[in-house]
Amino acid sequence: MASKVIHAIYNDDDLLLQAVKQVREARYHIGEIYTPMPVHGLDKAMGLEPTRLAITSFLYGVVGLTVSVVMMNFIMIEDWPQDIGGKPSFSYIENMPAFVPIMFELTVFFAAHLMVITFYMRSKLWPFKQAENPDVRTTDDMFLMEVDAANHNVDELTKFLYDTGAAEIKLIDNK
Amino acid sequence: MYTLSSKLKLTAIIFMIVGAIGLVIGFIQAPSNLDDVREMMAAEEHHGEASHSEAGEANFAEAEHGMLLDDEPGRHAEEGHSTEAGAHDTEHLEHTLHQLQNKPWAAIYVAAFFFFMISLGVLAFYALQYASQAGWSPVLFRVMEAITAYLVPGGIIMFVLLALSGFHLNHLFVWMDPEVVAHDEIIQNKTAYLNVPFFLIRAAIFLAGWFLFRHFLVRNSRRLDEATDNYYFKKNFKLAAGFLVFFLISESIMSWDWIMSLDPHWFSTLFGWYVFSSMFVSGITVIALVSIYLKSRGYLTFVNNSHIHDLAKFMFGISIFWTYLWFSQFMLIWYSNIPEEVVYFISRIENYGLPFFGMVVLNFVFPLLVLMNSDYKRVNWFVVMTGIVILIGHYLDVFTMVMPATVGESWFIGIPEISAVLFFGGLFTFVVFNALTKAPLLAKRNPFIKESEHFHY
Repeated sequence: MASKVIHAIYNDDDLLLQAVKQVREARYHIGEIYTPMPVHGLDKAMGLEPTRLAITSFLYGVVGLTVSVVMMNFIMIEDWPQDIGGKPSFSYIENMPAFVPIMFELTVFFAAHLMVITFYMRSKLWPFKQAENPDVRTTDDMFLMEVDAANHNVDELTKFLYDTGAAEIKLIDNK
Repeated sequence: MYTLSSKLKLTAIIFMIVGAIGLVIGFIQAPSNLDDVREMMAAEEHHGEASHSEAGEANFAEAEHGMLLDDEPGRHAEEGHSTEAGAHDTEHLEHTLHQLQNKPWAAIYVAAFFFFMISLGVLAFYALQYASQAGWSPVLFRVMEAITAYLVPGGIIMFVLLALSGFHLNHLFVWMDPEVVAHDEIIQNKTAYLNVPFFLIRAAIFLAGWFLFRHFLVRNSRRLDEATDNYYFKKNFKLAAGFLVFFLISESIMSWDWIMSLDPHWFSTLFGWYVFSSMFVSGITVIALVSIYLKSRGYLTFVNNSHIHDLAKFMFGISIFWTYLWFSQFMLIWYSNIPEEVVYFISRIENYGLPFFGMVVLNFVFPLLVLMNSDYKRVNWFVVMTGIVILIGHYLDVFTMVMPATVGESWFIGIPEISAVLFFGGLFTFVVFNALTKAPLLAKRNPFIKESEHFHY
């Protein structure tokens, strides 16, 4: 584990975004950034890989669609066929328009809920989880950037970070 | 400044000429009396025979018998008995005659409305950008303004077509025929609304309103370029909000008048929305196509792939919105199965199965699958390909709205239909690209232009 990290605190998201670009240009390594709200474009500025959450969401949607098709076929056609509005349930395809709302709803239900659960799991958020953010002010109005000190000159790095507009800098020694 | 290339101009003019020739051929080919229809039907029978030439003699005999049956009214008349059956058959022939006579008119009507609705949809989109003070879109304003330029010629053509129907030069609208109304109690009850003078007055009011709003919105936008303050921008904001109110009401009534009244017995309360979604998605698609074309010619350097991405998102979203309305209309009527309502879909499913369900594939399944991926919305050729499919799909959408009531089962996408699309497509291209040359391609004084140029997602 990286022994020394520097916590640079910014009080404005535009400033932070600017600083992230400068820090990366100077070839320092950013470990993590804690913000009180989502900062638009931060992931691209940090050079993070695009999220794969959308792909999982699509797959969950396909699962939901399949579940609804199989479920309606069992309920309405196989198990207990009824004659509703002069449309006897003899075949799935002929009664299909009536099932479209259910297909749609279950697709959305599966895609949305399972995606959110996946997101929580992937972000290591679950009930009774201890907060990981190093400074409580990042839940209020401060933006914290964690920079790897590694084998850089700490004084030089500190000065550089102050120049990018950091309001406060802390050296954390993890031993 | 954009200059219209002679190649594009020539292409547009060739399209118009070829289209015009095809339309003339379409009108000449339309049968003028019952004998022509009889001849055409006999020719079709021969076609059927030729394709089954390998079949045995028994089949041949059967075909011959079929032909005899077809010729029966003439024989019966000669023989002078069973006049009732003969009269019935003549009635059927007359029916087909009217349908075939309507066919070139309906082809013109569908194509004229299709291109007119594109420019009207773009005008609504343009007004929406002002009313919502959108920051991403001002770099595309000049493209939108140019597309709305077709509103005036397209609108005048629509009005002329409606007036020609009103003066009985064609029979697209059955409720305009006094003989039909005399025997039809349902239409009689609607004559206070559905009568030719009031119909044309409404059309004139709506068209005049749209022309005026378009004129002032574009004029203010041009003046803003030279202005020193945001006076014209604020003016356009109010004007755009006013237009949207006027548009939502007038567009709804327009769609009842110009399309829904083709089936005067039938009605659907979300028809206005349905036509709106169709024109909106076609309009946005054309904005994307024109922008990509101009970019490929080295213009619009300030339009980046984030702008194309946003347009593609709209194409994707409004395609789904269209499907939502299409299905809402279909499912309620299909499920309740009330005869007077369900005839609309029965006539479409029985005689128009391929275009009716085909357009749902083109307008929904295709854009859904192709444009779902975020990255694909930035790839120009994906957007162009989907755009062309969406436009074909929405042409078919208008086609299946208009044709069943005007030509019935005698539909066919042949010379008149394709020629009408060529003609109006050429005219549309010419007017739009000619309008692009009239002003700089960047609305430089728009207060959001900086934000729009830096738009990056």
